[in-house]
Amino acid sequence: MGLDITWAVDWVRRSAQVISEHRVELITLDREIGDGDHGENMDRGFQAVLPKLDDLAAGSTPGDVLKLVATTLISTVGGAAGPLYGTAYLKAAAAAGSAVSLDGPAIAAILTAARDGVVARGKAETGDKTMIDALTPAVDAADAAAAAGVDAAGVFAAAADAAEAGALATEPLVARKGRASYLGERSAGHRDPGAESSALLLRAAADAAAASAGA
Amino acid sequence: MKKIINDPKRVVDESVAGFGLAHADIVRVEFDPIHVVRADAPISGKVGIVSGGGSGHEPLHAGYVGFGMLDAAVPGAVFTSPTPDPIVAATKAVDGGAGVLHIVKNYTGDVLNFETAADLAAADGIEVRAVITNDDVAVKDSLYTAGRRGVAGTVLVEKIAGAAAERGDSLDAVVAVAERVNANARSMGLALTPCIVPHAGEPSFTLAEDEIEIGIGIHGEPGRERVKLEPADRLVDRLLEPILDDLPYERGERALLFVNGMGGTPQVELYLAYRRAAEVLEERGIQITRSLVGNFITALEMQGMSITLLKLDDEMVELWDAPVQTAALRWGR
Repeated sequence: MGLDITWAVDWVRRSAQVISEHRVELITLDREIGDGDHGENMDRGFQAVLPKLDDLAAGSTPGDVLKLVATTLISTVGGAAGPLYGTAYLKAAAAAGSAVSLDGPAIAAILTAARDGVVARGKAETGDKTMIDALTPAVDAADAAAAAGVDAAGVFAAAADAAEAGALATEPLVARKGRASYLGERSAGHRDPGAESSALLLRAAADAAAASAGA
Repeated sequence: MKKIINDPKRVVDESVAGFGLAHADIVRVEFDPIHVVRADAPISGKVGIVSGGGSGHEPLHAGYVGFGMLDAAVPGAVFTSPTPDPIVAATKAVDGGAGVLHIVKNYTGDVLNFETAADLAAADGIEVRAVITNDDVAVKDSLYTAGRRGVAGTVLVEKIAGAAAERGDSLDAVVAVAERVNANARSMGLALTPCIVPHAGEPSFTLAEDEIEIGIGIHGEPGRERVKLEPADRLVDRLLEPILDDLPYERGERALLFVNGMGGTPQVELYLAYRRAAEVLEERGIQITRSLVGNFITALEMQGMSITLLKLDDEMVELWDAPVQTAALRWGR
């Protein structure tokens, strides 16, 4: 079963909720190796998306929702996260196109486009201790699941599991991009806040997909 | 946390509103989206200069909007880059037909948001160039970092590029002098205490009573090493050594010596530090031709200081001395 507009809207609502719930945790992670604004900025961005969901035109697609998230995050989040997440959602929207329903391979393609957009904008590579360290394992897991014929909800579940493991695995890394890179060796021993927020957002997508599949 | 604030989420809006009221003769403040513009902008035929970044570094950047310096400043949330929208609005507001220069401190968020804004402004037919400042010698400039940070040298770039634009230089010429100032400026800072971001409510890092953090930036991020507090002369030496190693001086060369407070440092300590820095430079035969001492680029209430040395040439001296009328720097007019 594919994922439709109902899932997309539910994903955004769950994202806003999970970011709000983890706001302090993200601020704390960021304060340890950055400047402590990540939770505040992401919370401001997703709270700004919520009222706009009510204005979506009838017949809107998942791609329209992703584009709405992109433009809102770019104009409200600031910091590095605004342009990076904005680009991720914008590329995801383009990959989703005008499809009304997204199947497993479509979800894998969307995640790939999002990750590639972040790499192009932020020029980070795997192992630099950034959100890429959550997104790339998620893309790889999504590709494998889609190739194995798993449905869309299963593809997101695999992506979320891999992203969580990837975020956890940033802890021993020495940062090579972003503000944490100024710390050099001292950045080791702390989880990357961007990787953590990426994992949270993918878990919200998987939860929304599971709820949609069960409905 | 004790701060003179109302709602932590409204700190920047309310402070910028007060800034606009206090300096209505110099600037006007727009709120949707938020930016601070020179009262007489746009000036036909003059290169417009826009800077911006997270708030909490006051007087940077709004304090430098006015005659002979910036045409607009874009304040983000505390320690957070502004989003592209207000940068685009500020760029349009100061475009006098001669192009617009963005002066951007090298922090990932600032660079990404200004890049996006420049793309959008270019799509509207405005010629935008960017100069990225990166004067902080505390950070290794390598493939393994986001590159050196833009810190106190940014103030000097804004003053000198602003004077070049004010006398009617072309966009190419203003970019060239801004890049030359950045290339000849080196900075290094230290903190005695952390600072508290209003919405975070807790210190950005913790230091024991007898510890200091060497190699800090301006966002309350920790530095590269932590050492025991030492006498002022030794601290000054710790900052000057990497600066002079990174950009050596021949005897007789001229410099601007800038001792900057991080927001919570009294002037009496800054001048005390200046005394030692001047002594060290004199021993090396470096002529201190110009100076600046005070809290000009800060990290909220942080106690600490940075030292910046700018290697001067004749044109830089002339542009530094040119009239300036802003809230935070004012002479000759």
